[in-house]
Amino acid sequence: MTGNKAVLTGEHFLSGDLACAEGAIAAGCRFFAGYPITPATEIAERMALRLPEIGGIYVQMEDELASMAAIIGASYAGLKSMTATSGPGFSLMQENIGLAAMTEAPCVVVNVMRGGPSTGQPTKPGQQDVMQARWGSHGDYEIIALSPNSVQEAFDLTVEAFNLSEAYRVPVILLMDETVAHMWEKVVIPPAEEIRLVNRKKPNVPPGEYAPFKPEGEDLVPPMACFGEGYRFHATGLTHDEFGNPKTDSPEAQFQLVSRLCEKIRRNAENIIKTEKVMLDDAEVAVIAYGVVSRSALSAVKKAREKGIKAGLLRLITLWPFPEKQVAELADKAKLIVIPELNYGQMVREVERAAKEASIRFLPKLGENLHTPGEILEVLEAK
Amino acid sequence: MPVRIWRKPLDLEKAKPPRGEIHIIKDRCKGCGYCIEYCPRRVLEESDEINKRGVHPPKVEEESKCVVCSFCTAVCPDFAIFVVEKPCEGGC
Amino acid sequence: MTQNENLAHPMEVFLRKSRIPHIWCSGCGNGIILHSFIQAVKELEMDSDKIAVISGIGCIGRVAGYVNMDSFHTTHGRAIAFATGVKLANPELTVVVISGDGDLFAIGGNHFIHAARRNIDIKVICANNFNYGMTGGQQGPTTPLEAYTTTSPYGNIEHPFNLVSLAAASGATYVARWTTLHVRRLTASIQKMLQKRGFGFIEVISPCPEIYGRRNKMRTGLEMMNWLKKVSVIENFSDPAKAEVSRDRIIIGEFVDMEKPTFESILYQTIKRVQEGKGR
Ligand SMILES: Cc1ncc(C[n+]2csc(CCOP(=O)(O)OP(=O)(O)O)c2C)c(N)n1
Ligand code: SF4
Ligand code: SF4
Ligand code: SF4
Ligand SMILES: [Mg+2]
Repeated sequence: MTGNKAVLTGEHFLSGDLACAEGAIAAGCRFFAGYPITPATEIAERMALRLPEIGGIYVQMEDELASMAAIIGASYAGLKSMTATSGPGFSLMQENIGLAAMTEAPCVVVNVMRGGPSTGQPTKPGQQDVMQARWGSHGDYEIIALSPNSVQEAFDLTVEAFNLSEAYRVPVILLMDETVAHMWEKVVIPPAEEIRLVNRKKPNVPPGEYAPFKPEGEDLVPPMACFGEGYRFHATGLTHDEFGNPKTDSPEAQFQLVSRLCEKIRRNAENIIKTEKVMLDDAEVAVIAYGVVSRSALSAVKKAREKGIKAGLLRLITLWPFPEKQVAELADKAKLIVIPELNYGQMVREVERAAKEASIRFLPKLGENLHTPGEILEVLEAK
Repeated sequence: MPVRIWRKPLDLEKAKPPRGEIHIIKDRCKGCGYCIEYCPRRVLEESDEINKRGVHPPKVEEESKCVVCSFCTAVCPDFAIFVVEKPCEGGC
Repeated sequence: MTQNENLAHPMEVFLRKSRIPHIWCSGCGNGIILHSFIQAVKELEMDSDKIAVISGIGCIGRVAGYVNMDSFHTTHGRAIAFATGVKLANPELTVVVISGDGDLFAIGGNHFIHAARRNIDIKVICANNFNYGMTGGQQGPTTPLEAYTTTSPYGNIEHPFNLVSLAAASGATYVARWTTLHVRRLTASIQKMLQKRGFGFIEVISPCPEIYGRRNKMRTGLEMMNWLKKVSVIENFSDPAKAEVSRDRIIIGEFVDMEKPTFESILYQTIKRVQEGKGR
């Protein structure tokens, strides 16, 4: 696994899907399991081509249920692992995303969002899976989801997704719009040594003393041994104690485990959350947007400024955990918050929750067309 | 099920089957009766005792008949019975 | 009988002792299968550090929690898919899937046939108790025609799978069927499978007296085991398609034992070729 073959340092012209694949490889991903689906297929194709070059494993599974299960298995056997899909496949993955959350398996799931529900519009963009990413599996758990708005960011955030998954032992979801996945832009891949990589904490106790689900340190994350290292540990999707023993009747065990799974993300939220703030300092009207929509939003805000309107943009890079504090701060200052989304009302609910007093305008969009800057500008002007 | 032969007798005259020491972990027993039923030598029988689980664990009826085939161990679903070969006393 | 209370059961080192006794009912065949598996590991003197046991959900699914080895209790039906990730990520490991008839052949059936097709080096042991034990005894993909379960209260109207035939047709390179009464042969068969490379499958017909037997005129484990004794016929290397499992006859034995390149060997050769620049 030579560094230079894995990290294609230099300037490239890539699509979001391809940049995502390169980001994964640069982040150390050496196992990819997938099943073809538009508009995420190119990620699998790139991985099938690239992983063998660097000694990594590409396997095409029989479905997305299997893909998700296989990447958890590979993660437990010690490799950084990923799968990529779109809405229908993402739905099939949900049960095992819960398993990954419950057993704290670091892994990355890419969902290139297309129009739904059901088979919907396979080649058209959507942002209709943002709530599913948060709540798709049953039970209480926390998850991390990131949303790139450019091809460069598809690369950068895939690296980040791996780092977060390793640091917090949690599945991380990269929610990419179809538009970002299929657009071609310049990408700069830095030299390998300039890419920050995070690896899971390893146990520093002998096998006899290892408790696989006992957190170590403030971050509430347990060190992770892998299969074959001599720790002979057990993991289960059942509620379990620190040793991995099933505890199906104990209310204390249920509380202790589920609350820790949530708190390890909630308490670290400020270290996880990334947003981009554009001209917000004196903003009276603001747009909150993510993914490809933030690009139209940015031009709308710039045009508004040209017209003397004090407009700004809060771009959500991290969707989950939700940047509540950032939204609440904005709501204290801005008279109006505009939320354009490629869905019929999803993140707007979170914004409403975090920004109780603010006046909020939701701009839904379904189908082929993205919001134009003009459409957003119109609302900013009308404030 | 054929009886497993552990070693070849050197002198057929003196040959005796190996002698077993049967261990029963009584409180693990769930009383299925498999060890009793499938012992080729009918070494075991149900006891009158009632264990922690409320069942009658087996007891040894005649240990000297045991040929240490360990079938009882293999067929016990509960890891409640095992047999060890007795060390040879008086040079067998 | 023993006076030496300190002597431990010889299999104890292979078990997570704190978890024994297990949850299975009196006379349940699952414990016999567990014993047989670890007996095979013991006799082969395998390194337990290099074995991973993966199970699905069901009564037998709890087996992963009992072995003193790396183990994972996955979601219902996904044990083989999970095991695929484990095996490919660390080919040094012996990867064993132990799960139920419902888990492997109803909800997880697709993974089974595809793993067999690839001939990936995963060893699958199926505890076939003819029903869904864990959920209280419903009809499943191996329930015999006309058998009574909670969801076939008028007798099962579905034809069951012939698991050994399915495995053979899907491409498994080792296929056998035994019962929990044939423990010696079962252990020998598990040993053989563990020593081979490729996708291996052993079906073990296993009594579930508690909820299947009871509804089908076999109230106790002993009655079920005696039935297995009476109807089992060993026909090694006979046609798996004709290996019936019926009230009157159960054909057991080895059915397939062949060599075929494994998925991972082809995969690693391909990687090597690509890395040498001879990809296409
Ligand atoms: C997705 C899903 N569906 C249903 C169940 C409920 N369920 C648990 S075990 C089981 C059947 C297990 O049957 P089998 O694999 O034959 O194992 P057994 O209990 O008979 O040993 C079912 C249906 C589940 N856990 N998950
Ligand atoms: S070892 Fe067990 S089964 Fe064999 S003869 Fe002795 S008591 Fe009977
Ligand atoms: S086989 Fe085991 S559980 Fe059954 S009666 Fe004998 S000792 Fe008890
Ligand atoms: S219900 Fe059946 S399969 Fe489940 S533990 Fe009891 S006897 Fe075994
Ligand atoms: Mg079953």
